[in-house]
Amino acid sequence: MNLEELQQIAASVHADNEQFDFEVNVCQGTGCLSQHSDQIMAQLIKVVAEKGAKVHVRKTGCMGLCAAGPLVLVEPENQLLQHVGVQHAESVITHLGKEPEKELQCNLREHFDQQVHVVLENSGRIDPERIDEYIARDGYEGLVKALTEMRPVDVVQQITESGLRGRGGGGYPTGLKWGMVAKAVSETKYVICNGDEGDPGAFMDRSVLESDPQRVIEGMAIAAYAVGASKGYVYVRAEYPLAVSRLTASLREARRRGFLGNNICGTPFNFDIEIRLGAGAFVCGEETALIASIEGQRGTPRVRPPYPAASGLWGKPTLINNVETFANVPPILRKGGAWFAAIGKGKSKGTKVFALTGKIKNTGLVEVPMGMKLRDIVEGIGGGVPDGRTFKAVQTGGPSGGCIPAELLDIEVSYESLVQAGSMMGSGGMIVMDDTSCMVNVAKFFMEFCMTESCGKCIPCRAGTVQMHELLSKICEGRASMDDLDLLIDLCGTVKEASLCGLGQTAPNPVLSTLRYFKQEYMDHIQNKRCSAGVCTMTHEGVTA
Amino acid sequence: MPPITPPALPSDDKRWKIVSGTMRRHGFARSALIETLHTVQSSFGYLDKNAIQFVARSLHVPLSQAYGVATFYHHFSLVQPGKHTITVCTGTACYIKGTEKLLGELEQKLHIKQGETTPDGNVSLMTARCVGACGRAPVTLADGELFGQVTSEQLQSELERWAIQ
Amino acid sequence: MSAATDIKTLVINGQDVSARPDQTILDVARENGINIPTLCHLDGLTDVGACRLCLIEVKGQNKLFPACVTRVEEGMEVTTESERLAKHRRTILELLFAERNHICAVCVANGNCELQSLSQELGLTHVRLPYRNPELNVDASHERFTCDHNRCILCTRCVRVCAEIEGAHVWDVMGRGADCKVITDLETPWGDKNSSCTKCGKCVQVCPTGALYEKGKVGIEKPKHPEFLPYLNLMREAQ
Repeated sequence: MNLEELQQIAASVHADNEQFDFEVNVCQGTGCLSQHSDQIMAQLIKVVAEKGAKVHVRKTGCMGLCAAGPLVLVEPENQLLQHVGVQHAESVITHLGKEPEKELQCNLREHFDQQVHVVLENSGRIDPERIDEYIARDGYEGLVKALTEMRPVDVVQQITESGLRGRGGGGYPTGLKWGMVAKAVSETKYVICNGDEGDPGAFMDRSVLESDPQRVIEGMAIAAYAVGASKGYVYVRAEYPLAVSRLTASLREARRRGFLGNNICGTPFNFDIEIRLGAGAFVCGEETALIASIEGQRGTPRVRPPYPAASGLWGKPTLINNVETFANVPPILRKGGAWFAAIGKGKSKGTKVFALTGKIKNTGLVEVPMGMKLRDIVEGIGGGVPDGRTFKAVQTGGPSGGCIPAELLDIEVSYESLVQAGSMMGSGGMIVMDDTSCMVNVAKFFMEFCMTESCGKCIPCRAGTVQMHELLSKICEGRASMDDLDLLIDLCGTVKEASLCGLGQTAPNPVLSTLRYFKQEYMDHIQNKRCSAGVCTMTHEGVTA
Repeated sequence: MPPITPPALPSDDKRWKIVSGTMRRHGFARSALIETLHTVQSSFGYLDKNAIQFVARSLHVPLSQAYGVATFYHHFSLVQPGKHTITVCTGTACYIKGTEKLLGELEQKLHIKQGETTPDGNVSLMTARCVGACGRAPVTLADGELFGQVTSEQLQSELERWAIQ
Repeated sequence: MSAATDIKTLVINGQDVSARPDQTILDVARENGINIPTLCHLDGLTDVGACRLCLIEVKGQNKLFPACVTRVEEGMEVTTESERLAKHRRTILELLFAERNHICAVCVANGNCELQSLSQELGLTHVRLPYRNPELNVDASHERFTCDHNRCILCTRCVRVCAEIEGAHVWDVMGRGADCKVITDLETPWGDKNSSCTKCGKCVQVCPTGALYEKGKVGIEKPKHPEFLPYLNLMREAQ
C-alpha cells in the first residue's frame, strides 16, 4: 500500500457516493441503539427501496448529542434530525432536499459551532465497519507517510512537537513516553491501548471505538513503528460489547487491507493487535494493573518504578496510551505536530472530548479546544441546567477528581487549571449538578465507588476508604460530630500520601474538593442535622429549616 | 517442557469444547486464564468451582490463583444467575439522575438485595459501574437490552412481563 | 560494566552510607543500623510494597517512597523518621487494628506478634477509628495448623513463601478491597483431602500475627522462625 493506492480507494468510495443524491446517516451508537435506531435504519432502507430513491442509508457511530437521539444526519445538507422514530422514515425520505418536518429539526447552533472536531472528525459520518470509508476521509495516510517517508525517531519528534499529552487522566507528555520506549533496548516491545474506561460518567473511549475504530488501530500502528514494537493489545471493558464487536471487525478489515500483519506497506515493519477483555475492575485503568490483567492475573497495581516503558508486559518495554490519545495520532502525522500545537492553550494542546452529562440540557459528547472556559462548555455548548434549577457544581475527573463550584466557572479547561481548582482532567467525564444534589452525598457516592473498586493490596486504600465511607455515611445520616469531620480530614491525608497507586492517592479528592467549596453543607449536616438539597435522610432529628 | 495434555473435559456438554477451543487458541498459555474464564461465563452464564478447576488444571495455573482471579473481577459470577437479569447502572450520571431510588424500589419489589437472585430463580438484580450510556441516564439493562431515561413504571412493567413468562 | 564496582553513596538520616546499585533503601538502612518499620517485607521473599509502613521521604521529592522496593540512587538524601511519617505509620496501624478482630489478650500470638510489637514501637496508644468487627471464620480443618482470618492483615507473606520458596502455590488472595481473604486452593478447607498443601509449615513460620499458627501451641511457647528464608535462598543459589 502506498499513498497512490490509498487515493485510488478513496476515489472509488467517492465515486460510489456520487451515485446517490443524498446520504442519510443513522446513528448506531449505544445511546441511539437503546432507542431502536437499528429499526429506524431498517425502515429507512425499506422506504428508499420502495421509492427507488437514489439515497444511501448508512450506519454510523455516535453523533454526540445523545439527549436528542435517535439522530439522523442528512448529507449533503448537513441537516441533523432529532428524536427520529420508525414512524418518521417515510417523512424523512420524502423531505430530502426540502425543509424537514419541524419536530425533527435539530438546529442547536450554539451546541455545534463552538466545537472543534479532531478525534471525532469521522464520528457519525462513516460506517465504522467499512475501512474504505475511513480511507476516503484521509485514513491511514498518517501511517503510510510514517512508514514510507519517516524514520521512527522523526515520528516521535512529530508527536513531541505536537505537545500531545495523555488523555487518560494524568496528562503525561505522549512524545516523552514514546521516546522512552523507543530508546529502551529490547528485541520485544509492546504497545497497549487502554480502553478500560472505568470512570463512571465517561464514555468518550467507548464512542470512539464504536464510531471510528480504524483511527485507534492506525494510531497504535504508528506508535508501534515509532517505538519498535510488533505486537499490540487493546484492553476493552467487557461492558462495551458493541465497541468490542466493531473493533474485532475493524481489525479483520485492517489485516485484509494490509495495515496489520507482516511487511506493512511493503516495508519490513510487522505489527498485529489482539483484543483483551476487561472483566469489571476500575483499578485496571492503572497501567501496571492493566498489564497484570493482560497477563491473566489479578489486576493489582505494583510499585513504579520500574515504569512500563522500561519493564511492562511480561517484563518488556511497553507503551501504554489510552484510546483518545491514540485517536489523536493519525491527524498529527497527517498534518504535522505544529498544526496540532496551534490548537489549545499553554501546556494543554489540541482538543479534548468530554462526556457532558447530569443536570444539563444537551447531554452527550463534545469536543472542544483545550483552554476553553468551563462556562462556555456548560452554559454554551451544554445549554445550561434544565427545568429552571440553578447550577451548583460540575464534577470532572471521576472518582479521582473534584467538584468545581459556580464561582470558578470562568476557569479555562486545561490539565493545570483543573488541578489548581482541586479537580483534574481525568478521562473527560463532566457531570453537572444542580441544587438538588447534596455535595456530601456526592462525596459519599465517590467514596463508595473507590471502596468497592479498591484492589485491596495496600492498607491505606483498602481499609482507609472503608473508614472514610463510614464517616461520610455518618455525616449524611446526621450522626456525626465535629471530631468525625477532623478524623475524616486526617484520614484523607494518609490515604492520599500513603496509598500505593493512583486510585488510593486520589480517592480523597472528591471529599477534599467538596470540603473546600461546600464546607457549609458538611456543617449543616453535622451541626443542624439538615440536608439543604433534601437528598440525605437524617436518622437524628435536628433543627428544621 | 513436556507436551501439554489437557485434562479430560468435565462432561460431554458441547460447551466445554468451546472453552477448550479458547485455551487452544492461546496455546494453553497461563495468561489465557481471564480470556478462558470469559468464555466459560458466556457459555454457562457463571463460573462454578468445577469449571475453574478444569481451566486452572488445563492452563497449569495454581487453583488458588485461578480462584483469586475469578473473584477479583466483578464481571465473573460464581453463582448461577436468575432466568432474567436486571442491571441497574450506578455510574455518576445515573446517580445524579436518581438511580439510587430506582434500585431501592427494585430491591423492595423483588424482596432481594442488589447482587442477589429471587428465591424462585426468576430474576437477578445486578448493578453495573457505568455502561457508558450516560447521555441517556438513568440507564438499566434488562436481559442485556439497554433502556435509557428509564422510569419506575417501565421497570415495573418489565418485571410484570417476566413474572408471566 | 561491573555492578560490584559501581558503588553509590547516599545519605540516610544525615548519615553517609554506601550501597550496591541493586540494593534497596531498606537493605542499606538496616545494614547501617537504621530501623525502618515493615510488615509485608520479609528477607528472602519478593517485596510487594503493600503495607506502606516503610514509606520514607526523599529530599526534593514531595511524594513518599516505600523503602523496601525503592532502589538507591547516587546522592539521594533519605529521611526515615519525621512527624509526617510517624503520623501515617500510626494511622496505618490503626486501620489494621480496626479492620478485623485483633484482640491481643485472647490471641495465640500475644507477646509474639509483629503487629503488636510495631504498635508499641511506634507509640500507638489507642485507636480512634471504630472497629469494623467483621464476622470471619476460623479454618481448623488442617491436622497441624489453624488459619484464623480474624487476625489476618493480608500481608501475603504466606502466599509468597508458598509460591516462591515451597513452590506449591497453595495460598492466594481472593476477592478485592475490604473483601480480600487469603485462601487455600478453591477457597476449600486447608485440611481437605484433596488439598495441595505439602504440610511444610513455612506459611505458619512467616505469618507476622496470630492468623496462621500451629495447633496446641500459643505464641510464647512457640515463637516463629522466619529466618530460614535467606538461608534457603542462599543454598538454592549455591546449587
